[in-house]
Amino acid sequence: MRLELVPRRDVPAAARILAPVAALVASILIGGVVIALMGRSPAAALDVYFIQPLTEGWALQEIAVKATPLLLIAIGLSFCFRANLWNIGAEGQFVMGALVGSILPLVTAGTDAGPWVLPAALLMGALGGLLYALIPALLRVAFGVSEILTSLMLVYVADLTLDYLVRGPWRDPKGFNFPQTVNFDAMLPYLAEGGRLHAGLLFGPIAVLVAWFVVQRTLFGFGVRVSGESPKAARFAGFNPDRLVVAAFCISGAMAGLAGIVEVTGQIGQLKPGISVGYGFTAITVAFLGRLHPVGMLFGALVVALTVIGGESAQIALKLPLDLTRTFQGILLMCVLAADALVSYRVRVVTTARA
Amino acid sequence: MRHLIKAAGAIAFAAALTGAASAQEKLKVGFIYVGPVGDFGYSYQHNQGRLAVEKALGDKVETTFLENVPEADAERPIEQLARSGHKLIFTTSFGFMEPTLKVAKKYPNVMFEHATGYKRDKNVATYSAKFHEGRYVQGVIAGKMTKTNTIGYVASFPIPEVVSGINAFMLGAQSVNPAVKVKIVWANTWFDPGKEADAAKALLDQGADIITQHTDSPAPLQQAEARGKLAFGQASDMIRFAPKATLTSIVDNWNDYYIARVKAVLDKTWKSEDTWGGFAANMVNMAPYTNMPDDVKKAAMDTQEAIKSGKLNPFKCPVFDQDGKEVPCKGQGALSDEQVLGMAFYVKGIDDKLPK
Repeated sequence: MRLELVPRRDVPAAARILAPVAALVASILIGGVVIALMGRSPAAALDVYFIQPLTEGWALQEIAVKATPLLLIAIGLSFCFRANLWNIGAEGQFVMGALVGSILPLVTAGTDAGPWVLPAALLMGALGGLLYALIPALLRVAFGVSEILTSLMLVYVADLTLDYLVRGPWRDPKGFNFPQTVNFDAMLPYLAEGGRLHAGLLFGPIAVLVAWFVVQRTLFGFGVRVSGESPKAARFAGFNPDRLVVAAFCISGAMAGLAGIVEVTGQIGQLKPGISVGYGFTAITVAFLGRLHPVGMLFGALVVALTVIGGESAQIALKLPLDLTRTFQGILLMCVLAADALVSYRVRVVTTARA
Repeated sequence: MRHLIKAAGAIAFAAALTGAASAQEKLKVGFIYVGPVGDFGYSYQHNQGRLAVEKALGDKVETTFLENVPEADAERPIEQLARSGHKLIFTTSFGFMEPTLKVAKKYPNVMFEHATGYKRDKNVATYSAKFHEGRYVQGVIAGKMTKTNTIGYVASFPIPEVVSGINAFMLGAQSVNPAVKVKIVWANTWFDPGKEADAAKALLDQGADIITQHTDSPAPLQQAEARGKLAFGQASDMIRFAPKATLTSIVDNWNDYYIARVKAVLDKTWKSEDTWGGFAANMVNMAPYTNMPDDVKKAAMDTQEAIKSGKLNPFKCPVFDQDGKEVPCKGQGALSDEQVLGMAFYVKGIDDKLPK
């Protein structure tokens, strides 16, 4: 006996929309059982984990802050993924963006350089990520090298480059030889006094709108979609596949680079090792949670951010272990993927008589 | 309308009163750890300090911890502790320095304690331990015990605390065995058992017969045990992971310090200050000396005692750098605290280039 997945025909749109909701409910139920087995109240955990963060202004703004880099990177990645290009190196492009974007703030720290530094830094950040993503794209176009390997390996190159710079040439001379730069003066302004909502957050909704428009309403977006679904058809329709590869990687890299410099000038305020807490990788999850749709990814980023903040609250308020938070994130992802699969496919039990 | 406002005011006042009353009953103390409490090293030992606070002060305190907090994403978790009524917060790794200062500015009535940093504020104190004192004792033991005259050092990040530890180890080893060599592998992590084990393997393959580590898991120790070699534990007594290989462990002891600081907040005598204690202050201890002959054990104990009493300073002048140049002596008969806290050079004889 074995199980087979048979594609369903004519899946209603409502089912597709409800699938992630059902997945969320299922994962809450499974998580509740785990918490009950640990001898805690599932209701209290649910409240601290999911409800309270959504009712407090402070937590809401933290969710927005946390979701922003995830959303920006995921939107960029969706162009690659739609075109069947596997850019696994957004983490490296994020770091490179932060690094290149930091050059001007670093040089002008402690001088009255004026307000031009910040926009220039953001631009250079996006450019840094773009150029870095260009390496795997060109290697693929020119030599047919797998972009999965090159983009992933370049993550480590970026991390070590950052490491080298903050320990060596860019190190804060007054920092007791600790690996970090001086604090920047050119910082994104806060949207509200006393909070942590910085102006970089505005890039999120803008990116959602622009991405939606490009994918749905432009010839380029059409090309990306077609080349992902059927490369032959795309070539037949006159789309240059090499150009699409380069363009998708450029968009993806620029978005990751922008996320990197926004993170540095929005909240960290200096360069140091480990500026990314795996955003580039988590964004891959976000992209698929949102099914590569800009609005879907917006929700995906918010849900992932919520689980991080709710998880911290659960550690503080209920003294639940961190491992539980991580387990729960895993359960959530599994449920979403399972729900997706079950909506598109039917499980058929095949019983074959052994010959 | 006015009644409404009055009523609201009364409720708020009553709420404030009960809030104050419960706050007097229990002081909430928060801890932020860079690793998991189950690392059996650095974060584990800080958590032991937290448990000691609970044990010593019982129902006067309530403690909370957040583990595995990434250094670049620490501002939110720290603020979350401050917001949820914690009045004293220990942030236990260097990378938490800037976020701690940022949150401290927003919460002037919350006291912060930052480990191993150098920036303070009205409500931010700093504390660290003179780990290098323990490293010097380890060096003496290693210098006497090594047969290949090669010692492997699994290091984390080239920050002053680690570099001064390497130097103190080397100076201790050289004091009893001028031919000794120290080989270093940078694991670039505080806690990653896989990477730490690989680093230890590489060092053993290069002929090291003793492994010491400035990373937090017992993995390097276990590698030494598997190969029948010797090793030192880090941050907590790790002998249960390698009963035949462990010579001793440096044991961080935060218990007394944490209890004292929590008491200071309870007595309202807390002040922002910098604490840097070693053997004498009981912030650094050595686990029992094992798997070594009695004469080595005696040399180790004598060295520990000499450092504790102040007779011996691991960085007593003259100290020579890798090129053989004498390092300017800015302290009294030894390198100054600033020179040790900002150390960015290797002493003579170390077979490595400092990553820059």
